[in-house]
Amino acid sequence: MTWWPLIKVLPQKTNFHFVKYARYAAVLSIVLCTAAIVSCFYPGLNMGIDFRGGASMEVAKPAGQTIDLEAVRSSVGNLELGDVGVQGIARRDTNVEDGSTAVLRFQIPNGQDQTTVVNQVEGAITGAVGEVTYSGVSVVGSKVSGELFTSGILALGVAIALMFAYIWFRFEPQFGFGAVAGLLHDVILTFGLIVLFKLEFSLNMVAAILTVIGYSMNDTVVVFDRLRENLRKYKTMPLRDVIDLSLNETLSRTIITGVTAVMVLAALAFFGGEALFGFSVALMFGIIVGTYSSIYVGAPIILLWGVKRGEINEDAKPVKLGMASRP
Amino acid sequence: MIQLSRWKVILVVLSLAFGVLLAFPNALSPAQRASLPGWLPKNALNLGLDLQGGSYLLLEVDVDAMRTKRVDNLIEDIRVSMREAGIATNQIVREQGGAVVVVSDPSRTDAAYEALRALIGPAAAGGVAERQVTRVGEGRVRLAFTEATLNSMGATAVDQSIEVVRRRIDSLGTREPSITRQGAERIVVQAPGESDPAALERVIGQTAQLTFQMVDQENSVQDAVAGRVPPDAQLLLGADGVTPYLVKKRVLVSGENLTRAGVGADQSGRPAIDFRFDGQGARRFGEATAANVGKPFAIILDGKVISAPTINGPITGGTGQITGNFSIQEASELVNLLNGGALPAPLTVEERRTVTAELGADAVKAGALSTMIGFVIIVLFMLLAYGFLFGGISVVGLILNGILIVAAMSLTQATLTLPGIAGLILTFAVAVDANVLIYERMRDEARAGRSVIASMDAGFNKAMGTIIDANLTTLVAAAIMFIFGAGPVRGFAWTLSIGVFTSVFSSVLVAQVLLAYWLKYAKPKTLPIAETVK
Repeated sequence: MTWWPLIKVLPQKTNFHFVKYARYAAVLSIVLCTAAIVSCFYPGLNMGIDFRGGASMEVAKPAGQTIDLEAVRSSVGNLELGDVGVQGIARRDTNVEDGSTAVLRFQIPNGQDQTTVVNQVEGAITGAVGEVTYSGVSVVGSKVSGELFTSGILALGVAIALMFAYIWFRFEPQFGFGAVAGLLHDVILTFGLIVLFKLEFSLNMVAAILTVIGYSMNDTVVVFDRLRENLRKYKTMPLRDVIDLSLNETLSRTIITGVTAVMVLAALAFFGGEALFGFSVALMFGIIVGTYSSIYVGAPIILLWGVKRGEINEDAKPVKLGMASRP
Repeated sequence: MIQLSRWKVILVVLSLAFGVLLAFPNALSPAQRASLPGWLPKNALNLGLDLQGGSYLLLEVDVDAMRTKRVDNLIEDIRVSMREAGIATNQIVREQGGAVVVVSDPSRTDAAYEALRALIGPAAAGGVAERQVTRVGEGRVRLAFTEATLNSMGATAVDQSIEVVRRRIDSLGTREPSITRQGAERIVVQAPGESDPAALERVIGQTAQLTFQMVDQENSVQDAVAGRVPPDAQLLLGADGVTPYLVKKRVLVSGENLTRAGVGADQSGRPAIDFRFDGQGARRFGEATAANVGKPFAIILDGKVISAPTINGPITGGTGQITGNFSIQEASELVNLLNGGALPAPLTVEERRTVTAELGADAVKAGALSTMIGFVIIVLFMLLAYGFLFGGISVVGLILNGILIVAAMSLTQATLTLPGIAGLILTFAVAVDANVLIYERMRDEARAGRSVIASMDAGFNKAMGTIIDANLTTLVAAAIMFIFGAGPVRGFAWTLSIGVFTSVFSSVLVAQVLLAYWLKYAKPKTLPIAETVK
């Protein structure tokens, strides 16, 4: 078998001129990021009850029976609780959407008691469609939801700041800027995806974005590590070529790890059920974007900024390595 | 160095042994776990409420309401004390944490001062009285809570509330509830398993402040309803929520003096609540009933008049019965509330999350299925990409990693949540990344013309820095999630962090040991993962 192990077939030495296309990639990135930022305000994020406050209830009937969503909507709507959302979802045990399970979202009007409102809604549902089981009920007060939102956004900000500090400390300031630009790029585009697919922005989503930040950094660090090493090794090579070389050298790793992560997350999105779907889709997208950004955002910014080669060379030991096959 | 070092082999074998030992209880049923000999670890994974079902309640102690209430009581004490001492007052001015009495006749300021001093009461445990009296000018005396009391009131209220909530939940028979304090004024209640969240909330939500007060017969209820409520009385509604009652503010006896309550039956056999007072309560109740024969008094629970019976004669035995329209269930819940004690301040539910056990079980199933599929995908992909030897070695590392994660999470009893399962799956992918980094380095070095041993050696050494850098960033992200995150996000962060340590450990060390064995026994001439054609 000549194709196995696969790694032997994959060209070990690629010569893509990544930097050459950086200009177009930058335009694409800027356009997409702008669109994503705008979309966060208009139409805006689909805030889950974690951040908006209110209640979410999962109601189910035994398999085979259906819940009349319209009847639920109108009967709960009569309670005047602001906008009431009713949505059919897949059954938890079979992961099939058969109309027997639905999620209901509504607000708790100011000054009203959570428990009373929830009881009223339960009464209205029973009145409209008969007995149902309430398998999951979440109610978040407006005070708590405000705090959760603040701490969620704060967490994202602190994460980015710490990553910047870490890269600054481990590499050079320019590397830090490159890494942070890549991070912001990934975070913004992930937000854009969340808006585009109307995924619910919840606590879990914040965890997903933080993980994307971690992964994106992970990817960037691998590329930067090689870049720093190559800058020491090839002191006279133009920066543009060193960047291309480093990206090419790490390409097989980037692809293998990225493919592994994406495949695994796809399994999670398909088999993990309703609760993990949004979460895994956002993660998957973030990882793809993170891979792209470590090639097309982080490195080109370093090129733009320039690196003081001398500084890096100071503590570099002269490394004599073959690299004979390099043309 | 890529050579068989004994300590590395020992480390791998030991970690495998401990990992299996600690992860083993997860393969057993709860009954089997319980019957394990004492020296074996028994802890299985600690599933979060989203996976095993249960209720999460975030309660806020309304400390402000409690402070207001305490000052109300203080003002009522002042009023009674002035009347008993025969001192006429112009007004009683409410202040932050206390009140100022304006005496009509300034020459009686001293008398008022002395009378109020009697209200300070015995010193608290710390030797400092809760209240203090000060003269604040001609004819004005101030009675207020001390600064220290005011400051500690909130904390004390939260502590007491936790105790009361715990007693009440225990009376429901809830399995292993966790009741913890969060921040300054919040309490988190977590009750796993098939508990009835509605009952939980009903039981926690009631303050259960029971008081016995005289019904005001000197003034008419109609006047009070029209807005003319006398200063020493208050207008309350009956248990039906409609009937108004005008009740004297002065509390004869309160639930604090209750020693025991139980479900009994009234004369016509309907459920009623029997209670017994402690010595002080019995004395006060006896005196009050002796002085008010023929008059009605009100039994008030959480601001509602449950019943207002007429005193037929002095009740000196210290026992009594509360009748009302109770069902058996209401009566027994009320008994539990009374026996559990009153909450010092009202609790409001700020956040509640309930997941039924079935939903949790479905989530576990879905999580387990996707973990298995994810694992198989990684194994297949690694074997496909790097062949049986190198791919196989990373699979062995991955299996050890899985065992170690389960072991570490069982040992630390960290909560595994649904997003945590996602973290676990992602950890596997990242664990493989360490192997990929090492292998790709080896290939680079082999391509550069180095020998098998030298390129493998260099592969490990050079990749290590990158691996550590890359994993530290994940650790930083996880730490932030842990600090800022709530509930399930924390579980995710914890799983991710444990995964970072175990994955670096197992993928690097296992690869080193196994590859060293391979070098020693196979004595390879070429690196199987390097390009065949040069």
